[in-house]
Amino acid sequence: MATTTRVATRQGAAGRVALRWFRELTLVPVIVLLMIGGAIVNPVFFTTSNLIDVATGGAALGLVVVAESLILLTGKFDISLQGTFGLAPLLGAWLIAPKASEGLGTEWSPWIGLLIVLLVGLVVGTFNGVLVIKANFNAFIFTLAMSILLTGLQLGWLGGKTVYHLPQVYIYLGSDSWFGIPAAVWVTTLVFVVAELFLRYHRVGRAMYAIGGNLEAARAAGIRVDSIRIGVFMVASVLAAVAGLMQAGRVTAVTAGQGSNLIFGVFAAAVIGGVSLDGGRGRMVGALTGVILLALVTNILTLSNISSTWIDAVDGAIILLALGVARLIGTERT
Amino acid sequence: MVENSSGGLAEHQPPVGEALSVSKTFGETRALTDVSLAVFAGECHGLVGRNGAGKSTLVTLLTGLNRPDHGSIRLGGQPAPSLADRGAWLERAACVYQRSMVVPPLTVAENVYLNRPTRGSKSQLVNWRRMREKAHAVMLEWGFDVDVDQSAGSLTVEQRQVVEIARALSIGGRFLILDEPTAALEKAAVERLFDRVRRMREGGVGVLYISHHLEEIYEICDRVSVLRDGALVLTGKVAEVSQANLVAAMVGSAPPRRVTEIEAVKTRREPGRELLEVSDLVVRSRAGSVEGVSITLRAGECLGLVGLDGSGSSTMADAIIGLIKPEAGTVKVRGALIPPGKVDAVLKRGVGYVPQDRHARGFAPQLGVGENITLTVLDRVAPGMLGLISSRERDRIARREVDKLQIVAGSLEQPVSSLSGGNQQKVVVGRALAQEPSVLVVVNPTVGVDVASKEALLDAVGQARDQGMAVLLVSDDFEDLRICTRLQVMVRGRISREFNKPPWDRQELIAAVEGLTPAGERV
Repeated sequence: MATTTRVATRQGAAGRVALRWFRELTLVPVIVLLMIGGAIVNPVFFTTSNLIDVATGGAALGLVVVAESLILLTGKFDISLQGTFGLAPLLGAWLIAPKASEGLGTEWSPWIGLLIVLLVGLVVGTFNGVLVIKANFNAFIFTLAMSILLTGLQLGWLGGKTVYHLPQVYIYLGSDSWFGIPAAVWVTTLVFVVAELFLRYHRVGRAMYAIGGNLEAARAAGIRVDSIRIGVFMVASVLAAVAGLMQAGRVTAVTAGQGSNLIFGVFAAAVIGGVSLDGGRGRMVGALTGVILLALVTNILTLSNISSTWIDAVDGAIILLALGVARLIGTERT
Repeated sequence: MVENSSGGLAEHQPPVGEALSVSKTFGETRALTDVSLAVFAGECHGLVGRNGAGKSTLVTLLTGLNRPDHGSIRLGGQPAPSLADRGAWLERAACVYQRSMVVPPLTVAENVYLNRPTRGSKSQLVNWRRMREKAHAVMLEWGFDVDVDQSAGSLTVEQRQVVEIARALSIGGRFLILDEPTAALEKAAVERLFDRVRRMREGGVGVLYISHHLEEIYEICDRVSVLRDGALVLTGKVAEVSQANLVAAMVGSAPPRRVTEIEAVKTRREPGRELLEVSDLVVRSRAGSVEGVSITLRAGECLGLVGLDGSGSSTMADAIIGLIKPEAGTVKVRGALIPPGKVDAVLKRGVGYVPQDRHARGFAPQLGVGENITLTVLDRVAPGMLGLISSRERDRIARREVDKLQIVAGSLEQPVSSLSGGNQQKVVVGRALAQEPSVLVVVNPTVGVDVASKEALLDAVGQARDQGMAVLLVSDDFEDLRICTRLQVMVRGRISREFNKPPWDRQELIAAVEGLTPAGERV
């Protein structure tokens, strides 16, 4: 008797595991449809070089999506990730590039530049985390203000120009390839896998779900809710800084506009990927499908002959469509 | 009656949880004075007392959320750990609160093992298989029937409670506090809870059982302690304490603080025609379901609906006013059926409403006194197609209510947020009266209000009643009931008793509200 119950539970568990995966992968049919659409629109779509292009385009975005998803899971959010995405690589580049290519002229070692990129992420993340969590500022308005400030600094320092001629070490992450696939794609994939495993198998990962799901219950269970939430802000900003470095390496320059409007795509990818804006719900697998979907849409729109002034409208419409499909398939996405 | 001490009662061992003459003061208020209480392994110890008697404060001391000013807490015979060491507290004392402490997106197994290692004690990694097995084993051991792979968000209120109990037991704690565990449960679920409590008792767990429902104390507890005004006034074997003595201990033998408390209504006249008719109302709500209640309200009478939190009395008001859509039953105002769940339609039919939580639903804090009072009568202060506000008409109506309720405000423009609690509440009542309703639904109108304001508020509502309004007063404050012409007591979603003639017998009323049925008169 006991064994039968046990077997039954096992089967039930297996069924639930299958269901859980099914829910995470609801976007796959949309992605398949998009790929078919892409092939019809332009035969170039299914070439290796184009698919690698899609992946590279999604890599930087994907890293920021991981960052934002981590924060969303704990029930907060951070708009200023896009500011960090632009400002961190700019500061690094500015201090290492010669005056001739719009640098400051200090011409520090590129390794110090890399360190500065990480440091900017860490400082911004700590600042956001402490003020949102400890001082209880509203996350939306506070990080919005931070985002405007960071983007403003970026524009103010650079005055609309572009820092270029960056040393090889600095652009390595965004421009080199391993086994024929860009390093950025490897790194982002690795980060997704590590984040997924961490969230599923590490106590702090599970604590993040508990915090986002019921803050008071998490506190009562002895979880250090404030430290974890601040830590998540810090990790997320560092990830955004690294993503910015990827982007800079890909175009081998830092523009004054790097990062602007990025955050809308980030939220869209996370949410259509099933990460709840209310916290406590969602997985990296889902967020990844969201990223793939957005990267495909961008690529197909570029390949198609849609006038560039119309790309935003089509982009928005497709995101709405993806949300609708996800809702139809029956997951709780907002 | 269940076997009393044959279970696992172990009075020879040190108590699993013990307060030794603890006192606690919050600012000016003495919450607890020299309270000693011991819960032994294998006993269910009832803790009763009216609202504000100090039960919650005692729980915070026993679970390490607060430190006593004087006295000490001992758990399992050892001095309590320091407040910072949450882990040590969780191992020795657990409380299942009324408010759910379950994390909905996680599975049951995860909720049971929330923030606890599943491999070695040091490992930071989660072993899902072992966690499921261990959670399943806990459920089996205590005979709980909840699938551990289920998502906690899909659980019923009862199952969530089971998860919390399982969490406490699996930590190894043998001291469990149940804070009003039956408040949100249906009758069958209450029976199952009692089975679980009995099983835990036999397993050597000491349970501190806090409840407003005295009949539960008699059914499940071995001993009972009574708190009144922060002091322990009685501890004894349940079998040796009569219901009358228990109620007397809760209420106190001293004369009531105010003479007017349950005084008869002075001016009584024959009730007029039926204005509000509620038939067989069934409402599901977290805040207390309603299981088929009918009431009739006539012009010139004030019906007091009395019940504890979770009894369904405030849910009745919410359903009548349209804030919650009932599952079944009808509401008629002046003979006309009201579409369910439509607040604006209800108010348009001439129903005034004073909500329970004035901060959430009562007023717009940044707006002035005048504007708040006239929010319900915008069509009258802004007549015609253009909808322009006539400030003269607005001030006239507002001034009338301000005078009637003796609202103390610098001007009609003064923001309500800057008023005292009493005056804020007067504004809320004034807002309801401004529309000159034929039916007035009032929920706990005098909570957190000073004595003078209380008088003014009750007088204003009483006056409205005398002018022919039909008043439904939902309250658990007996002082409010002095303006009522009759009372109905709600317990677990049903009307359990009626009192048709004032003055009310205080003891009898309390016994009814707390769920005791008078001897030989089982309903």
